[in-house]
Amino acid sequence: MKYHSAFDIIGPIMVGPSSSHTAGAVRIGNIARQVLGEEPVHVTFHLMGSFAETYRGHGTDLALLAGVLGLTTESEQVPDADRIAAASGLTYGFSQANLGWFHPNTVEVLLKSKQHSIQLIASSLGGGKVEVQELDGLPVKFSGEKPTLILYHIDQRGFISMISRLLDANGYNIARLALERSRRKGAAITVCEVDEELTDDLIASLATTIPMLKTIRVVKTF
Amino acid sequence: MSFQYLHELIALAESRKVSIAQVMLAVEEEQTGRTSEQILQQMEKQFTVMEASARKGVEQPIRSRSGLTGGDAYLVKEYIEKGDTFVAPSTLRAMSYALSVSEVNAGMGCIVATPTAGAAGILPGVLISILDSGKYRREAIVMSMLTAAAVGLVIANSASISGAAGGCQAEVGSATAMAAAALVEIGKGTPQQVGHAVGLALKNSLGLVCDPVGGLVEIPCIIRNGLHAITALAAADMALAGVKSVIPPDEVIQVMQAIGQEMPLSLRETGIGGLASTPTGKRLRESVFGKSD
Repeated sequence: MKYHSAFDIIGPIMVGPSSSHTAGAVRIGNIARQVLGEEPVHVTFHLMGSFAETYRGHGTDLALLAGVLGLTTESEQVPDADRIAAASGLTYGFSQANLGWFHPNTVEVLLKSKQHSIQLIASSLGGGKVEVQELDGLPVKFSGEKPTLILYHIDQRGFISMISRLLDANGYNIARLALERSRRKGAAITVCEVDEELTDDLIASLATTIPMLKTIRVVKTF
Repeated sequence: MSFQYLHELIALAESRKVSIAQVMLAVEEEQTGRTSEQILQQMEKQFTVMEASARKGVEQPIRSRSGLTGGDAYLVKEYIEKGDTFVAPSTLRAMSYALSVSEVNAGMGCIVATPTAGAAGILPGVLISILDSGKYRREAIVMSMLTAAAVGLVIANSASISGAAGGCQAEVGSATAMAAAALVEIGKGTPQQVGHAVGLALKNSLGLVCDPVGGLVEIPCIIRNGLHAITALAAADMALAGVKSVIPPDEVIQVMQAIGQEMPLSLRETGIGGLASTPTGKRLRESVFGKSD
């Protein structure tokens, strides 16, 4: 089941005009920013399906930009995202693309900071609900509805056991856990959703305790 | 405790001798670890946003961001005040509130997606109109939003609430069914009657295509919200009268999904087919975006 909460249906409180094309798009942009974890300087959006056909009418372009700028679905500033982007030095581009077999409302986000860049494909499923389909070329799935750890690491025996022991010792319940790797002993991404709010202390102890961890990001949508 | 289908939701309510809203509240508590007070407080906050968006366009005409639509909620309100209407004024008021929410939405104003922004007028439309009637307490109305949520969850999980995936029937149809369900529970109907209201309302929306002019959530979305608010009231009355949905509501939901999958892409929120493809639809698109690229 994709929808779990009464507030998936009654809500979100949002700036119009479309829950899938505006609110969902803000959330996708916002997730991309959180995964980048740094001030973005350039972003490219590749839109497919209904997103590509109707993005201007729904303000999908402004909504995606607003999310990348760190705004949320409720923010009255969503319609001004282009002006805020110009003022903050964020450059951007939109184009159409066939991304493959995804939900009709799907977008690829290529987001860059001064040092790093990420690639993310996400779908807006309806009612403002979103799901990431791919991150940096790996087929990882998450929604950001629960506090979510995005762990960039090297594939190595014992990694999952270390993560789960550390989370358990700190009182966390794992709601969902998935590891995707490019190849054996290669670059890997583990996505871990937990039921409890993630604290800075936990992030610090993950970083110091687990040697094969390269980067930790925390994602939570609003 | 959980439910995937309407018959499971109804059975849970019947076996525990509680309302559908109370089942939803218990499931929400269990799933999120939040207390019922916290959940109801958040619902109340959403109701406040709903009320503001429902009254805004009735108090003064609102234009959409594109300039194509607006002012209809205000027109209907003025017409009601003249006092000579076919439909009862209290019912027409639900229509004007629903129109108002959809107009606020088209103006990139703040609304609550119920279940989506495109169909956000219907539930507030009927709920604010019955709040105005003075017959129901605000708390009871907020509680009934959980009934609507439970029905919406069933539809979203076994069919769809996305116009791009299932057409307008998945958005306006779902919202109409949710609103009818909420009304039946406020009207002291049984869980079975809530189910029948869902079946009746949804059957009347089957096949509705998503064909917005220029891809904008305006034409025909806004008037559909207005008219379907009245359909929701009528479906609730039908169910409370004892009319049953001969095709079980769960089967109606299943077939809505099947119909959605058979709809061509041009009629699923692409702004290509249907009303969007009419000469006037195309002309309006060009007036907003210029010649198509």
